[in-house]
Amino acid sequence: MNELLEILTDLHEDIDFTTAEAIFDNKIIDSFDIVSIIAEIYDRFDVTISAEYIVPENFNSAKALFALIEKLQEEN
Amino acid sequence: MKNDNRVNYIRIIATILIIVSTLYLLTRLMMPKYDIGVIEGALVAEYYDEVKGHDLIFIGDCEVYDNFSPAVLWQDYGINSYIRGSAQQLIWQSYYLLEDTLYHEKPPVVIFNVLALMYNEPQREAYNRMSLEGMRWTPAKIRAINASMMESEHFLDYVFPLLRYHSRWKELSSADFTRMFKKDKVSHNGFFINIGVKPAINVPEGRILANYNFGAKAMEYLDKMTALCLENGIELILVKAPSLYPYWYDEWEEQVKVYAKANGLKYINFLELIDETGLDFMTDTYNAGLHLNLTGAEKITHYLGEFLLNNTSLADRRGEADLATRWEEKLLLYNREIERLSAGLDVE
Amino acid sequence: MLFTSYEFIGFLLVLFISYYLIPKRHQWKLLLVFSYLFYFIAGPVYLLYITATTITIFFFALKIENLSKRKDENFSGDKKVHKALIKNKKWRLLLFALIINIGILAISKYTNFAIANANSVLRFFGVAAEKQFGFRNIIIPLGISFYTFQAVSYLIDVYRGTVTAERNPFRFALFVSFFPQLIQGPISRFGDLSKTLFLPHSFDRIQVSYGLQRILFGFFKKLVIADRVAVGVTEIIREPDIYNGAFVFIGMFFFALELYADFTGGIDITIGVAQVLGIKVAENFRRPFFSKSIKEFWKRWHISMGTWFTDYIFYPVTVSKPMLRLSKWSRKNLGTALGKRIPIYLASFIVWFTTGLWHGASWNFIVWGLANWIVIMISQEFEPLYNRFHNRFPRVKEQTAFKLFQIIRTILIMNMIRSFNYYRDVPLTFRMWGTMVTERNWRIVFDGSLLGLGLSMADYVILLLGVVLLVWVSLKQRNGAVREYISAKPYWVKFVIWYGLFLSVLIFGAYGIGYDASQFIYNQF
Repeated sequence: MNELLEILTDLHEDIDFTTAEAIFDNKIIDSFDIVSIIAEIYDRFDVTISAEYIVPENFNSAKALFALIEKLQEEN
Repeated sequence: MKNDNRVNYIRIIATILIIVSTLYLLTRLMMPKYDIGVIEGALVAEYYDEVKGHDLIFIGDCEVYDNFSPAVLWQDYGINSYIRGSAQQLIWQSYYLLEDTLYHEKPPVVIFNVLALMYNEPQREAYNRMSLEGMRWTPAKIRAINASMMESEHFLDYVFPLLRYHSRWKELSSADFTRMFKKDKVSHNGFFINIGVKPAINVPEGRILANYNFGAKAMEYLDKMTALCLENGIELILVKAPSLYPYWYDEWEEQVKVYAKANGLKYINFLELIDETGLDFMTDTYNAGLHLNLTGAEKITHYLGEFLLNNTSLADRRGEADLATRWEEKLLLYNREIERLSAGLDVE
Repeated sequence: MLFTSYEFIGFLLVLFISYYLIPKRHQWKLLLVFSYLFYFIAGPVYLLYITATTITIFFFALKIENLSKRKDENFSGDKKVHKALIKNKKWRLLLFALIINIGILAISKYTNFAIANANSVLRFFGVAAEKQFGFRNIIIPLGISFYTFQAVSYLIDVYRGTVTAERNPFRFALFVSFFPQLIQGPISRFGDLSKTLFLPHSFDRIQVSYGLQRILFGFFKKLVIADRVAVGVTEIIREPDIYNGAFVFIGMFFFALELYADFTGGIDITIGVAQVLGIKVAENFRRPFFSKSIKEFWKRWHISMGTWFTDYIFYPVTVSKPMLRLSKWSRKNLGTALGKRIPIYLASFIVWFTTGLWHGASWNFIVWGLANWIVIMISQEFEPLYNRFHNRFPRVKEQTAFKLFQIIRTILIMNMIRSFNYYRDVPLTFRMWGTMVTERNWRIVFDGSLLGLGLSMADYVILLLGVVLLVWVSLKQRNGAVREYISAKPYWVKFVIWYGLFLSVLIFGAYGIGYDASQFIYNQF
């Protein structure tokens, strides 16, 4: 989780991702950010988030995103 | 509750009234004021104000309303006639104007000028408007519009002229406001007086055409016209006014002659009667042979009057008191207009 | 049938009345009939194309979904292998359906463009003209770019499992052919549109009048503003040698106004028609000219297209395995800074290239798309610089003047880029840009030259008032819906507003055969 927070904070220093909600819906992270995040996750967690998972439910908070990573890790 | 309902009803009625009246006023405002502008557009509508019971109705294009004078026909021959002509009136428009006329009266004789046979398709939207707009709403008008529309035109534009003329807001003049509800008469029983003189010199020869046969649609309407007259016991006479241009081809002349003979119609080609009528193209035309001026019109009208009394059922009606009184008034206006125009000419 | 034709208004009237007279459960069927009728009137042959897309996508989506469902059943063998097998099968089905449908789109829209380009290459190698390829006479069905994209988005959504496949082919046919959005979008998503499209709708006076008001405003934008300023745009483009320098600059604004009024006006009519029918079509614009950057502009202009490209091209490309590997590799070998950028830049390039191509089969549009890409990438590169600046001067960011500067800058850049769309070709566009610097003809703004563009003083006044109205509506929108604001007013105030708008469309609309005084000159007969 901490590693994920690090990835996110690298992109937007001014946001506290431990509490931030609806970061996708409110356009705090844009499409370029999402791509960077997915690339970082691939790099560090060895998890591929394919396009079908890029939906608000998965990207609205760090928590949701982490849950997604865990789920995908399990499936592998 | 009851009160609320009443308020609602009043509101709805008021709304409808406001919408209908503003649209009506806007239409009147935006419509071209033909009687002080392009007067040819005012001709068709003027017929409806007349006392009916004419002996003779002319139908056709400018070759009728510029070239025959009903005033002369009355004054010298006692024939009560009216010209239902308009600018570039196409043959189907002439036909439907005849249908339209039959809603009001049944003249014993109808004269059709054959030049319009040269057109098998509508030519210009502006001329369509001028020929059709003045007609009153009848099934004949609907058919006339449907037969005449160019591709760019729409039936609704005739039903709601505001759709057609809305863009005139840019060029509105004070006359558009002051003349929303009044119109001056521009013709004398459909005749348009012109006293200018412009000699016909260097009249262009007709250029060679690919096909000299009249179009199928034009001939179809000539057939319909013949049939309609026959059905109603009207004698149809074909004429060709003595205009030098547009060029009247021998091939066309031949077709009309054949048609007239086959259908037992009289046909007068004034182009071949220059000596008999005494027409002089140096003095009798106001635009170099396109149209006759007053003196020219009077000359050929004399020939026509003579012809009608001798060859048709028409008789001199100058003895009828009512009719004579009406014509007395008309002649007064006619002569006054000639005087006015002559005075204007002197000033120039 | 144009939106601005009498026929379309008649078509709508018949539909609206019958829609609320028939039993509600049949309403969507009536819409299907009218949609196909609308398309039939546009061109009977087109029906073949849209039906082909509808049928193929419908069946492939069903097949894909059935496969996904089957994986839950008991399976004795290795679950992982089985899953991979299913996934592979699904992928092949998807690919096949995509090839068919994108193929139809590509062949009908781009064959002649491809031939023209091939010929240029041949010419370069000195192949004689008679040996080059001839152009083909190919039908381009009305709205094919829009309905194909809409159908494809549904197929991919089913593949991804984000929507459930529609089991009724006729309902799906309505989704693809829904006539208000057939010609110019928006490109709706099945998940969105299906929420209201098939429902029974009772007559709701407020929704119906809001819908009609929106249609009226759409007509105002199209007829009073767009079609009027279009005269000036056409004139400026027609004679680039005469209309250079300042004219180029003015032409850009004219075109921006025309495009905005025409496109948003059309969308207003689309959304308004849907609203009268009780159907919710997603907004396609959010006051785009208030954007502070190009990137923001594209999130507020033609939104449904932007999100389509993001969801179905940008993401799949950037997060694909090869791309992720490339990203990893480049970060290792080229450094993090560059490595991070490569996938984004590459994917954006593909997105903007296809966006350009989608807009039209010509290099003008492709260059236009890539110009957008370049500007967005440059501003992306400058972002750290901006951030440093704003950190130094934190108060500048909040100042109205600065915001205004950003907005004007965005408008100017967009105007420049857009000129690729309307000049004859790309070199000419560059040349015309050049004349803005070399030709010092600014006096044309004041010496009456602008009246020579086919627009009279009266037209400029109408345009100015129209723009004031548009800006006012946009500003007002920021604090809530304008129609609700008006509907709270007393009856006669409302009446004056809406009837006034109606009359201004009726009178000032640039429609019909204009009264041309010269036409009436009595010259021959």
